[in-house]
Amino acid sequence: MRKWFWGFLFIAFGFVCSIAAERNPRTERISGSAGDVLEDDPVGRLKVYVYELPSKYNKKILQKDSRCLSHMFAAEIYMHRFLLSSPVRTLNPEEADWFYTPIYATCDLTPTGLPLPFKSPRMVRSAIQLISSSWPYWNRSEGADHFFVVPHDFGACFHYQEEKAIERGILPILQRATLVQTFGQRNHVCLNEGSITIPPYAPPQKMQARQIPLDTPRSIFVYFRGLFYDVNNDPEGGYYARGARAAVWENFKNNPLFDISTEHPTTYYEDMQRAIFCLCPLGWAPWSPRLVEAVVFGCIPVIIADDIVLPFADAIPWEEIGVFVAEEDVPKLDTILTSIPPEVILRKQRLLANPSMKRAMLFPQPALPGDAFHQILNGLARKLPHQKSIYLKPGEKILNWTAGPVGDLKPW
Amino acid sequence: MKLSALQQSYLGRRSNSFRSSGPLDSSSDGAFKSPAAVFWLVLHGLSCLISLLLGFRFSRLVFLLLSTSSTYTSPFHSPTELAKTLDIRSVIPADPVGNVPLPFPNKTATNSRVVVGRHGIRIRPWPHPNPVEVMKAHRIIERVQTEQRLQFGVKDPRKIIVVTPTYVRTFQSLHLTGVMHSLMLVPYDLVWIVVEAGGVSNETASLIAKSGLRIIHVGFSQRMPNSWDERHKLETKMRLRGLRIVREKILDGIVIFADDSNMHSMELFDEIQNAKWFGAVSVGILANSANIDETVVEKRGEEENPRMPVQGPACNVSNMLAGWHTFNTLPFAGKSAVYIDDRATVLPRKLEWSGFVLNSRLLWKDGDKPEWMKDIDTLDGDIESPLDLVKDPSVVEPLGSCGRRVLLWWLRVEARADSKFPPRWIIDPPLEVTVPSKRTPWPDTPPELPSHKKPVIGIQEPIIKHTTKTRTSRSKRRSKRKHDETRTDRRTTGFDKTLQN
Repeated sequence: MRKWFWGFLFIAFGFVCSIAAERNPRTERISGSAGDVLEDDPVGRLKVYVYELPSKYNKKILQKDSRCLSHMFAAEIYMHRFLLSSPVRTLNPEEADWFYTPIYATCDLTPTGLPLPFKSPRMVRSAIQLISSSWPYWNRSEGADHFFVVPHDFGACFHYQEEKAIERGILPILQRATLVQTFGQRNHVCLNEGSITIPPYAPPQKMQARQIPLDTPRSIFVYFRGLFYDVNNDPEGGYYARGARAAVWENFKNNPLFDISTEHPTTYYEDMQRAIFCLCPLGWAPWSPRLVEAVVFGCIPVIIADDIVLPFADAIPWEEIGVFVAEEDVPKLDTILTSIPPEVILRKQRLLANPSMKRAMLFPQPALPGDAFHQILNGLARKLPHQKSIYLKPGEKILNWTAGPVGDLKPW
Repeated sequence: MKLSALQQSYLGRRSNSFRSSGPLDSSSDGAFKSPAAVFWLVLHGLSCLISLLLGFRFSRLVFLLLSTSSTYTSPFHSPTELAKTLDIRSVIPADPVGNVPLPFPNKTATNSRVVVGRHGIRIRPWPHPNPVEVMKAHRIIERVQTEQRLQFGVKDPRKIIVVTPTYVRTFQSLHLTGVMHSLMLVPYDLVWIVVEAGGVSNETASLIAKSGLRIIHVGFSQRMPNSWDERHKLETKMRLRGLRIVREKILDGIVIFADDSNMHSMELFDEIQNAKWFGAVSVGILANSANIDETVVEKRGEEENPRMPVQGPACNVSNMLAGWHTFNTLPFAGKSAVYIDDRATVLPRKLEWSGFVLNSRLLWKDGDKPEWMKDIDTLDGDIESPLDLVKDPSVVEPLGSCGRRVLLWWLRVEARADSKFPPRWIIDPPLEVTVPSKRTPWPDTPPELPSHKKPVIGIQEPIIKHTTKTRTSRSKRRSKRKHDETRTDRRTTGFDKTLQN
C-alpha cells in the first residue's frame, strides 16, 4: 500500500516537473481552457464533403484573374485546395458532418485589384440552386450543416459599403449555413451567431523571407503605415474608420514615439519587427491584414475597433495578447500605452513569440499542423454534433428563396 | 427617397473613384434613377459654386439637413454637430455616440453601440507629447531591449577588462575621449585599467573621471620616449603592468587591449564574448600615407594584389586558423616615422596588441588554465607581439567570422614634440604676458614699437596702403582703421601667446 502511494507521488512529481520544464522562458503557452485548443488536431473529429461544382464557379473565375491568389481574400481559394487533399475529406456524403461548396465569390476584380461584390449574391444563389437540385443534402436541413467561405469586406452581406451591407443583410438563403468570414463585429447584421471568424490572407512566404535577426533591438514604440483620410471617397473625414484613423493622425503626428505615416516603405515588414506596438485601427471594415502581420512579427497589436470580433476568438485569448483601445479613447492613446506595466508588455511579447500562435494566423501551402485551415476545421468540429432540430421534416420549408433585392434573383 | 439618393451618391462616388463602373448595384435604385440623379446634379453644381465663394468645401449634405431636418436626425446625431463637422477639424468633448437608432431599425440590433455614419474626429486640446509619458515610453523600450538582449544576445556575458596605456600629450584628449565614449556604450560590465607613463597625473584623471566607469588608474615610472620604437616597447611594458594588475586583483573576464588612439566598433565587444581562452580579431590599419611619393605609387601599381590594410588571423577553407595577415610595410621602407612628431607614415608593429583578447583566467596564478600559456611574471624582456605569451600560436581562436570582419581600426596620430596645449584644455584668464598695442586710439602716443611678429605686419600693410590712398576723409578713416588695427593687434597677440603656452 505504501509502495503504491510513493509510486503515485513519484509519478505526480514527474508530471509536474515535465509541465514546468515545458515552460520555455522565451515563449509562453497560451494556457487555460481556450489557448490549448490551438493545437487540437481536427482529423478524425469531423468529415467534410466537397461538392463538385462546374468549373464556372471556381476554376474558370480563377483563370480569368490570377490576382485572386495573392490578395487578402484568397482564403476561399486556398481553403478549397486544402479540403480537396485533406484527410478530413470524405467522398461519401452520407457520412459527412459538414458540406462545403466551393464558390470563389470574391474573385471579380477591378483593374486596381478590388473585388466587386455585385454579382456574388447571384452566383451564390445559382450555386445553391444547383446543389439543392442535384443532391438531397441541402434540402434536408436547408443548409444548416453546410459552410461557406465568404471573406469579403462585410461577409455574406456582399457589399463593400457598410450602410448598403446592413441594408442588404446576410443573403437570406445563407441564413442557416455556417459562414466562415473575416468580418466580425458584435451585434452586427452581417455576423451571424455561430459564424467562424478567420484572419485575412497574408502571404506566408513573403513574410518568412523578410525576417530580421531576433536580437535586433525593438526601438520604435508605436508603428503604423496606412491611410488616415480616404481622400477619394471621404474627403472631409468622419466616415472613413469612423474618424478613428484621422484622430490618430491629428493627435499624434507630432509625437516622436509614434512612427505613423501614409508612405508605403519597402522595409514595412522589417520595420514592424523593430516596433513594440503596431496599430491595427479599423478602415472601411473593422478587420485588416495588419493583425496577421503584427502577430507574425511579434509586434503587440493595438486594436482600435469597437465591438470587433477577432479571428478564432473562441480559441485565442486576444485580450491577453493585444491591447484594445476604444475609438473614443484614441486621443489618450499615448497615455494608455505608456501606462501598461513592462511585465505585461513582456508577457504579451512572450505569448506572441509562441510559434503556434503565429501558425494559426497563416494559410501556408502546403498546410502545416496548427495553421489557419486546421483552426477552421477545429471550429467546425467544435460545433458538432449537429442538433436534431436542424433537420427539417419532409416538405417543411423555412428559408424564403425569393427574399432579398430583386436584382439578386436574376440567374447567373 | 432622399435617403436612398444619398446612399446612391456615396455609392456613385466610391464606385467612380476607385472601382470601375461595372453594373451598379441594381437592387433598389431602378425606379429612382433619373429624377434623383438630376436633383443631385443640380445640388452638386450649387454646392460647387458656394464652395468657390466661400473658399472651403461646402457639403451638399447641409442642404438636405436644412431642408429635411425633421426626418433626418440619423445617421447624423444633430444638425449642430453636422455644422461642427463641416470644419476640417472638429473637437468633440463629449461622447456623441449615443444610443441613436440606425435608419433601418428593423434590420439592425438596437443594442449596438457602434453607429454607422459620420463621426467626429476627436482631437484633444493639446495634441503634443507629454514629457512624462515620453520618459515612461523610453523606459519601456529599454526594458524590452534588455529582455531581448537577455534572450537573443550573448548568453552569460562576461565582464570586459580593458587595458589602455596612455601618457599626457596634446592628442591625448582627442584619443582618450574617443575610447572613453566607446567604453561607456558597452552594454556589459566593464573595468578600465589605465596605465599612464610618467606617473598618475591630474590631467588624465580628470579626463577619465567623467566616464562613470570603474577605473583602475596606475602610473608607470618611466616617461614616454620620443621615438616610435621606444614607445612601442614602453607600451608593451605598460600593458604587462596592466596584466599584472589583473592577476593581483584576480579580475574575472575578458581582457582587451584598447590603445587610446584606436577606434572600436560596438560589435567588437559582442564578438569577443565568444572567445574561450585566447582570441584574435582583424584590425584595420589606417597608416597615414599622405607622404608617399610617386616612386612608391608606381611600385604599388606593379604589384598584382594590393594588400588590404588589415592585420589579423587568416583562415583556410575549413575555417581553421592558417596564418596571419600582417600589414605590408615594404612600400614605406625607409620613409616611415622614427620620431613621434615626424610627418612621415607611422607604421604598426607586425601584430598589434589591440587585435588580441584573452580570458583573464589565463593570467591568474592558480586555477585551471591551459598549459600553453606562459606565466607573465617569468617574461619581462622584449615581447614582440602577444603571440609570445603563448607557447603554441595555433591555439589562438579567430573571431569575427574567422577574421573576415574588421572590428576595430588602428591609427597613430600625434602632435609635434614641442606642441603645447592648455592644461585640461581650459584657457585660464588672465593672459600672462601683455604686449602694448601698436596703435592706440589716442593721437598723442609714443611711436610704434618695432614688431617682430610677421603675421601682424602682414595684416597691417594693406591697411596702411588704404589710408595713404584716400586723402579726403583721412582723419575719420584713420581713427576707424586704428580701432580695427588695435583690435586685430590685440587678437593676434593673444593668439601668439596661447600658442607659446
